[in-house]
Amino acid sequence: MFEIVEARPLARGIKQFVIKAPRIAKKQRPGQFIIVRLDESGERIPLTIADADPQAGTITICVQAIGKTTMLMNMLEKGDFILDVVGPLGKPSEIEQFGTTVVVSGSVGTAMAYPTARELKRAGNKVVSIVGARSKDLLVLEDEVRAVSDKTYVLTDDGSWGEKGLVTERLKQVLESCKVDLVLAVGPVPMMRAVANLTAPLGIKTIVSLNSIMVDGTGMCGGCRVLVNNSSQFACVDGPDFDAAQVNFEVLMQRNNMYREQERTSIELLQADPGAELKKLREENARHACALDAVEASHD
Amino acid sequence: MTKPPSNNPLPNKERIKLPRQRVPEQDPQVRAHNFQEVNLGFPAEQARQESLRCIECNKPGCIDLCPVSVNVRAVIDLILAGDYLGAASKVREDNALPAITGRVCPVEDQCESGCVLGKKGEPVGIAYLERFVADWERETGQFGSPVAAPATGKKVGLIGSGPASLACAGDLIQMGHQVHVFEALHELGGVLVYGIPEFRLPKDIVRHEIDVLRRRGVVFETNVVVGKTVTIDELMQEEGFNAIFIATGAGLPRFLNVPGEHFNGVYSANEFLTRVNLMRAYRFPEYDEPLYPCQDRDVIVVGGGNTAMDAVRSALRLGAKSASIYYRRTEKEMPARVEEVHHAKDEGVHFEMLVNPVEFLGDEKGNLTSVKCIRQELGEPDDSGRRSPVPIKGSEFVVPCHVAIIAAGTSANPLIQSTTPGLAVTKRGYIAAKEDTLATSKPGVFAGGDIVTGGATVILAMGAGRKAAKAINEYLKGLDEPKPEQAQATVQA
Ligand SMILES: Cc1cc2nc3c(=O)[nH]c(=O)nc-3n(C[C@H](O)[C@H](O)[C@H](O)COP(=O)(O)OP(=O)(O)OC[C@H]3O[C@@H](n4cnc5c(N)ncnc54)[C@H](O)[C@@H]3O)c2cc1C
Ligand SMILES: Cc1cc2nc3c(=O)[nH]c(=O)nc-3n(C[C@H](O)[C@H](O)[C@H](O)COP(=O)(O)OP(=O)(O)OC[C@H]3O[C@@H](n4cnc5c(N)ncnc54)[C@H](O)[C@@H]3O)c2cc1C
Ligand code: SF4
Ligand code: SF4
Ligand code: FES
Repeated sequence: MFEIVEARPLARGIKQFVIKAPRIAKKQRPGQFIIVRLDESGERIPLTIADADPQAGTITICVQAIGKTTMLMNMLEKGDFILDVVGPLGKPSEIEQFGTTVVVSGSVGTAMAYPTARELKRAGNKVVSIVGARSKDLLVLEDEVRAVSDKTYVLTDDGSWGEKGLVTERLKQVLESCKVDLVLAVGPVPMMRAVANLTAPLGIKTIVSLNSIMVDGTGMCGGCRVLVNNSSQFACVDGPDFDAAQVNFEVLMQRNNMYREQERTSIELLQADPGAELKKLREENARHACALDAVEASHD
Repeated sequence: MTKPPSNNPLPNKERIKLPRQRVPEQDPQVRAHNFQEVNLGFPAEQARQESLRCIECNKPGCIDLCPVSVNVRAVIDLILAGDYLGAASKVREDNALPAITGRVCPVEDQCESGCVLGKKGEPVGIAYLERFVADWERETGQFGSPVAAPATGKKVGLIGSGPASLACAGDLIQMGHQVHVFEALHELGGVLVYGIPEFRLPKDIVRHEIDVLRRRGVVFETNVVVGKTVTIDELMQEEGFNAIFIATGAGLPRFLNVPGEHFNGVYSANEFLTRVNLMRAYRFPEYDEPLYPCQDRDVIVVGGGNTAMDAVRSALRLGAKSASIYYRRTEKEMPARVEEVHHAKDEGVHFEMLVNPVEFLGDEKGNLTSVKCIRQELGEPDDSGRRSPVPIKGSEFVVPCHVAIIAAGTSANPLIQSTTPGLAVTKRGYIAAKEDTLATSKPGVFAGGDIVTGGATVILAMGAGRKAAKAINEYLKGLDEPKPEQAQATVQA
């Protein structure tokens, strides 16, 4: 049982949670993720650790509601419980002194890229952040990003905030205007692919964080496999960071579409009566908490 | 030599005339569409009838060939005396999880292959009897928890919650140690819950066995990936564990490394079975985990072991139009339990022998549509004495297929090995452990089960767990005695 000690909306459909998970808070490194299972009937989904407080024993995550599990999760409030949280999983991002680094991110990807950007800055890199979103109300962590970046560009597709345009257009200008040693791109697959297409011909080292569908997150199932340099790699243990130039993004997109129909069914079921689903989750998790207390009491 | 008094009223020549009892099963036509248990188990009268067949050998071959030497003869005699609880306790002296082994032991290679009756007719149905007493005990709620030794104050961490760990936990708690089991997944039981399906081993039975251990004082912590969440060194140095037993199984799926394995619909057996069993995708959408649809489609499972049988029979239950086993050798070489192969055949699984996939083919959306295979023949015996299959040139053929499940074995998950300095591994990446004590190269750290042997059996894993418990107990006693060097130093002084 993992308690939510803080929950606040960050943007439209994006919520930030602070969760009590002392073991994970102590061990996590930037770029790593957790897997959560909300309740007994829930699926397991991966979420990036956006921040952590080892003293308080908490981790922070940001969730964008796109399907059943993330929608249900975003209905949770402070004081609610999540049945299972496991991590930190995946390899931490490689943090070195590269020189000038550009961090490109889109919507919730900004929350995922933020801890790495912060560490890159701490390691003595010059950090240029390019943050994008469809519109103003989808932007997250702008202030946090500005605080750890030497230069920050904010763009929206519709021009409702910052510059109007695409992150890749801005990236192109940055690459033309100065020598860049490392690009990190985190966000929707088409965005990461566009960045890779831009930087690969220039030979600039580019890292992408791949969001394949996962189950266990420990290398046991192979469901998260991605095609990198024409061979299968497991995103949960070999990644999630990979060299963008070697990633086959088409295969990643295909595989992320694998459960489209079932996902739609799940969403419809949730939307038919969201209150009931939430009630069920709360009741089930309360039952689990009771059972755990009983076992602990019997050991005293 | 006279035999000890027996509860069997029949003379031997009568006993050997008795036919082996057939265990009641769900009808194949019905069970092929549900996930309820196939094998229904003996009622008491049938258990008695089957027990009457045992001729009480002086040198029971059954005991010799059971990897943990369950005293089968004594168990059978207790059944005949009507003392089922006594029979269950007798089994438990050597086997902590009888309700499980009674369902999944490959008896044709173990106890039953040693039964003298098998030489002329059919062996005694030992696993069915073992299951009978264990189920009786559970269903009547009569488990008498054995009295544990006084607390030693020593703390042992067990990594993984598969049969090796569960058996080890049972023995260590009995010896008075504190036992803490760490499991990476959200459910306890290892392959017993994520691999073996409900229709062969109901999850409630595994849960019950775990509850018994919990009531006896074993602490279980799920959602801890040792090597990631916490390392072995941290457990020993910061959390006060005096010894560690690593039993993390052979978790890594092997793919075939042929083109097209990334198409949607190609699964490792691990993923397919995890989705179906652990995540209960067969009850979608009540349970939220999706599964690539098998309903009314052609499903091919590549492999010939228990994993392959479990996958193919699951696919059938999910409504597959056809469910086939594609195996690269012949039926004789298939490592699966004989009973599972029979069950699969009765349920309508199709078997295609001496074939191997060479490529998976898909459409423009990336969905699997067919698989290209090549026929094989058995060549000359290799070093291991097994005749290995050789592809027949020009024999390629393409079959339609929407879901392909690869059950071509597993290898060692490197997670612990790579995060534990000083832990020696074998050439193939398994943990190196001494045969007699299961001690690893790292002091206080022991390892057993599939992570040492490679994929084996439930009872062998349990045997390893017990062996480790004994060795750990000795090791912990040693911690309290003055170290030999120190002792010597005192003498010299
Ligand atoms: C390593 C990793 C880190 C992640 N970190 C975060 C994070 O910090 N915050 C966050 O909001 N999300 C994150 N994600 C994505 C998140 O896991 C998915 O959004 C989630 O699994 C969707 O579940 P659902 O049931 O809500 O939606 P579903 O109903 O499963 O999916 C809805 C739609 O999203 C697509 N989709 C499915 N799975 C994924 C996926 N894994 N990634 C992208 N699209 C997917 C599907 O094609 C479908 O169209 C991360 C993914 C990975 C692999
Ligand atoms: C589908 C299938 C069917 C089978 N059928 C049979 C059968 O009918 N009869 C039979 O005798 N045998 C059968 N086997 C084999 C048998 O199940 C295994 O030999 C046995 O389970 C091995 O036990 P174990 O305790 O070594 O490991 P496992 O049962 O594999 O358990 C290992 C546990 O460790 C956990 N773990 C792994 N890494 C970590 C980590 N880093 N930190 C924490 N936890 C970790 C895993 O999640 C898992 O729960 C079958 C196997 C499979 C896959
Ligand atoms: S543990 Fe397995 S091999 Fe041993 S007697 Fe029981 S069923 Fe037979
Ligand atoms: S070998 Fe067969 S007949 Fe002999 S004691 Fe064992 S079960 Fe009985
Ligand atoms: S999620 Fe199962 S291997 Fe990566």
